[in-house]
Amino acid sequence: MSNPSAARGKPTCFQELILTLQDYWAAQGCLILQPFDMEMGAGTFHTATTLRALGPKPWYAAYVQPSRRPGDGRYGENPMRLQHYYQFQAILKPSPPDILERYLGSLQAIGIDTTLHDIRFVEDDWESPTLGAWGLGWEVWCDGMEITQFTYFQQVGGIEVDLVAGEITYGLERLAMYLFDKKSVYYLPYNRADSDVPLTYGDVFLQNEREQSAYNFEHADTGMLFRHFADAETECGQLVEKKLPLPAYEQCIKASHAFNLLDARGVISVAERQSYILRVRELAKACCETWLATQKAAA
Amino acid sequence: MAELLLELLSEEIPARMQTRAAEDFKRLICDGLKGAGIGFETARAFVTPRRLALVVDGIPAVRDDVSEEKRGPRVGAPDQAVQGFLKGAGLASLDQAEKRDTGKGEFWFAVITKKGGPTADALGAVIDGALKALPWPKSMKWGSSTMQWVRPLQSIVALFDGKVLKGEVSPGGKMAPIAFGATTRGHRFLSTGTFEVSSFADYQEKLRAAHVVLDAAERKSIILDGARKLCSDVQVTLNEDEGLLEEVAGLTEWPVPMLGAIDAQFMDVPPEVLIVSMKVHLRFFTTSGADGKLANRFVVVANNVARDGGKTIVAGNERVLRGRLADAKFFWDQDRKTTLESRLPGLKQIVFHAKLGTQAERVERIVRLAGEIARSIPGADAAAVEQAARLCKADLVTGMVGEFPELQGVMGRYYALGEKLPASVADALGDHYAPAGPNDRCPTAPVSIAVALADKLDALTSFWSIGEKPTGSRDPFALRRAALGVIRIVVENKLQLPLRPFLKADDLLSFFAERLKVQMREKGVRHDVVDAVVSLGGEDDLVRLLARVEALQAFLGTDAGKNLLTAYGRAANIVRAEEKKDKGLAARIAGAPDAALLEQAEEKSVASALDEVARKVKPALAAEDFAGAMAAFAGLRGPIDALFDKVTVNVTNRPEIRLNRLKLLNQIRATMDSVADFSKIEG
Repeated sequence: MSNPSAARGKPTCFQELILTLQDYWAAQGCLILQPFDMEMGAGTFHTATTLRALGPKPWYAAYVQPSRRPGDGRYGENPMRLQHYYQFQAILKPSPPDILERYLGSLQAIGIDTTLHDIRFVEDDWESPTLGAWGLGWEVWCDGMEITQFTYFQQVGGIEVDLVAGEITYGLERLAMYLFDKKSVYYLPYNRADSDVPLTYGDVFLQNEREQSAYNFEHADTGMLFRHFADAETECGQLVEKKLPLPAYEQCIKASHAFNLLDARGVISVAERQSYILRVRELAKACCETWLATQKAAA
Repeated sequence: MAELLLELLSEEIPARMQTRAAEDFKRLICDGLKGAGIGFETARAFVTPRRLALVVDGIPAVRDDVSEEKRGPRVGAPDQAVQGFLKGAGLASLDQAEKRDTGKGEFWFAVITKKGGPTADALGAVIDGALKALPWPKSMKWGSSTMQWVRPLQSIVALFDGKVLKGEVSPGGKMAPIAFGATTRGHRFLSTGTFEVSSFADYQEKLRAAHVVLDAAERKSIILDGARKLCSDVQVTLNEDEGLLEEVAGLTEWPVPMLGAIDAQFMDVPPEVLIVSMKVHLRFFTTSGADGKLANRFVVVANNVARDGGKTIVAGNERVLRGRLADAKFFWDQDRKTTLESRLPGLKQIVFHAKLGTQAERVERIVRLAGEIARSIPGADAAAVEQAARLCKADLVTGMVGEFPELQGVMGRYYALGEKLPASVADALGDHYAPAGPNDRCPTAPVSIAVALADKLDALTSFWSIGEKPTGSRDPFALRRAALGVIRIVVENKLQLPLRPFLKADDLLSFFAERLKVQMREKGVRHDVVDAVVSLGGEDDLVRLLARVEALQAFLGTDAGKNLLTAYGRAANIVRAEEKKDKGLAARIAGAPDAALLEQAEEKSVASALDEVARKVKPALAAEDFAGAMAAFAGLRGPIDALFDKVTVNVTNRPEIRLNRLKLLNQIRATMDSVADFSKIEG
C-alpha cells in the first residue's frame, strides 16, 4: 500500500513524482487540471496555457499533459526518446515575484537536495513558431542536466500578453530517470516497489511505443491526414467567424497534430514545411484573437 | 567627498549580456552625474549572474548652483517660436528672458539657474534615467509590469554617503514599487535571508560572507587557478578558453571547479565530437595529455559548495556527458558502415533553399565551379577536386552531423579518411567551409582551395540570382562572410584568378569591392586609396588590384607623390570649375591638346612630359609593375608647377587658346587617372 498522507515523502516512482508535483502546486494556489483530451505536441498547447495566457484575468493552474511528437518515435529502441511522453506544467499568471523560489521549492519536494546538487539557470529563449508565441527564460540545469524549461510568456498567437505568465515545464520521464537513477526510461518504476502489482514504465508503454512508431512512420494514411489537415483548417476558420474560439482552437490543435504526423511520414518537403507551420500559426492567431475578444468583453 | 553605491538585484541574467550591461550601467550613471553637474572621481562596475553593481567615489555632498544659457529665436520672431522657446526654457514670459546682440542680430536669451543643494536630492533622477536607458539586447515584462528588464528586477540598493537615497522604481501595472534600500541577498543556495549594507567595502565583504564573489575578474581567476591545480594534480593540462571562462564566470556567483572523467569507451570517437559535447553543450573545460592530445579529464565549474564535497555533482555531470557521448558513439559506429559516395542520393531529400533546389543540385553546381576554378590553381589535381566537390556535403546526411550540426565538414573528413580516400580529398571536405570568420584559418592546399572557393561563389551567385542580397544588418545567408572568405583565400594564396567570370552580376563585383574596402581598412590601408583603385572598375584580379593599391599608397607617401597630388588637384579644380559654367565643355576638351596651339614653353614641356609618362606607364601597367608606373609620374611635377606659375588658362579674348589649355589640364587628369582615380584621394 502506498502512503496516502498529504505530507508525502520523497517520491520513489513515476506516479509519486506526478502526485508530489500536483500536491506542491496545489498548495501554491494552482488549480489542478486534467490533461487536454486531444493529441498535442506539448503542454503549452493546452487551452489552460495558450488561451489563458492571454487576457487580463489572473490564472494559476498545473496539470500533466501527454505530449505526442510522432517524429521522436524510436520503436522502443532508444532509452531516452519517446513519441508519447508526459509533461508536467505549472502556469502562474501574473508571475509572482517569488516564482523562482516557488519553483526551487518544487525541486526540494521531489527530492532534489540543493545542498548536494548544482542548480543553474542557463539562458534559453523559447519560441513556438506554430503558436506564434515567444518568451524569455532559462533551461534549469541540475548537475548539467536540463530538468525544467522556465519561460516568461511575452507573446501568444502573435499578441502581446496583458499579464505575463510564468510557465514551468518539467519533462517527467527525464526527471524521473534522474531521480531514480535509471539508464532507460523503460526501467522506471511506474508505481511503488511494494505495491501489489509493481510495474515499470516499459510494462505500461513499451508496446505502445513500438506500435505507434510503426503507425507514425509507416502506416499513417497520408492522403487521409492531408484531408484532415484541410478539413480542420476550414472548420477552424468557420468557427472563428462564428466567434467560437474554443471549438475553433480544437480544430487548430487537430491541424497541428496532422501536420506533425505528415512530417514524421516524411511527405512534407523542407520548403512546404515552412508554409504548413505558417498555416497552423494563422489558425492559432485567429483563435487567440477571438478568445481575447471574449475575455475583454467579459472583463 | 562621498560614495554612491548601487545594486540592481534580479533573476539570473544571461551570461553573454553581463559584461556589456555593467559597462552600459556605468556609462549611463556617469553621464547622468555629469549632466546634473555632479562631479566624481572614479566609478567601478561589477556584475554577477544576479546583480549589476556600481560604486562611484569622490562625489561632493553638496552641489554648486549651475547656470545654463539657452539661445532663443530672433527678436520679433513669430509667436509660435517664442512660445516654444519659453516652454523649453521653463520661463513664464519674455520678461524673464534677455535680449542680446550676437553680431548677427538681436536674439532672446534665457539664463536658467539650477539651484544647488544636497547632492542626494539629485541622484534619484540620475538613477531613474540610467535604468530606463539601459539597453538590454533582449528584455521582457513580468507579472503585470509595463517596465522591461532583462529578467524580473527584484530589489535596488541605493546608498549615498552611507544613507539610503529617496526613490523607487515602479514596474507598472499592479506591481508594488521597488523602493531604494540598503538590503540585498547573497547566494541563492549558500545563504539565506537578507542583510543590510552600509558602504561598498561593507557590501563586498558581506557578499563574500554570503558566498558571492562580486568581481567577475576574481571569479575568473578562482576558476582558472582552481582548474589548473586540479589538472596538474592528475598530470593533464587545462585547455584554456577565454570565451568559455567568461561565460562560466557569468553562470556562477561562487564558482567551484571540479574534476570529472570521460568514460574510456568514448576516447576513440574523434576529439572534435567530444569537445563539442563538453564545451558547447555542457560548458566543461577540456584537457590535454603530455602528447597534446585530448585527455580523458574535464573540469566542470559548479555554483555550489556541496556537503559531500561535490561527489554527487561530478557524478551527475559525468552521467549527462555519458548520455551525450553514447549517442555520439552510436552515430560514429553507424555512420562508418556507409560510404560518403552512397549517401549522395540522400542529398536530393534536403532542400537547400526553396528557390534554389536541393543540396544535390547545389553539389552539382559546386562540382562544375570547382572544376573551372581548379584550372587557375597550380597543383590542383582535377580528379581530386572533382571527388572532393562531389562529396563535400555528403556528411550532412550522416547521423552525427544530424545530431551535431556544428561538426559538418569535420565529420566528412573523418569518414573520408576512414574510407582511405586520398588525404587531399579528405582535407578538402574538412576545409571547405573555411574561413568561417576573420580569425579562422584559411585553406592553403590546392584541392581545398578549389572546393572552398566553389562553395562560397556558388552561395553568392545563387542567392544573388534570386534577389537575396544582404541589406543593412540583414544578411541571413552570411554572404558578407562568404565574400570575405573568397577574398582571403585568393589574396592569402596569391591566386591569379579573375573573379568576373564567376560572379555573373556586375553589382556582385561591386559587393566584392565593398568587402575588400572593409577588409583593407581593418588592415590599416587608407580607404580612399583603395577607393581610387577600385573605382577605376574593370579589375577583377584581387592580387593585381591589391598590388596597385600598395604601390599607390607607397607613392603617396613620398614627396613626389604628395606634390603631384596637389598639382592634380589644381588642374582638376580648374577644369571642374569651367565645366560647371559650360555644360558642353567636357566633350570639347576630351582628347590630346593641339600641339600647334601650345604657345608658351611651359605648356609645351607639360605636353611632352605627359607623352613621356604615357609612354612609360602603358608598358609598366602591362607588366603589372605598378611601382614603376607610379614612378613615371614623378617627372610631371616640375613642368606642372611651372605651368601654374607662368601660364594663364582662362585667356578670355582668345577662346581657342583657352580651350586648348583646358585640354592640356584635362590631359593631366586623364593620364593620372589611367593608374588610379586620384580625385578619390583625400589630401
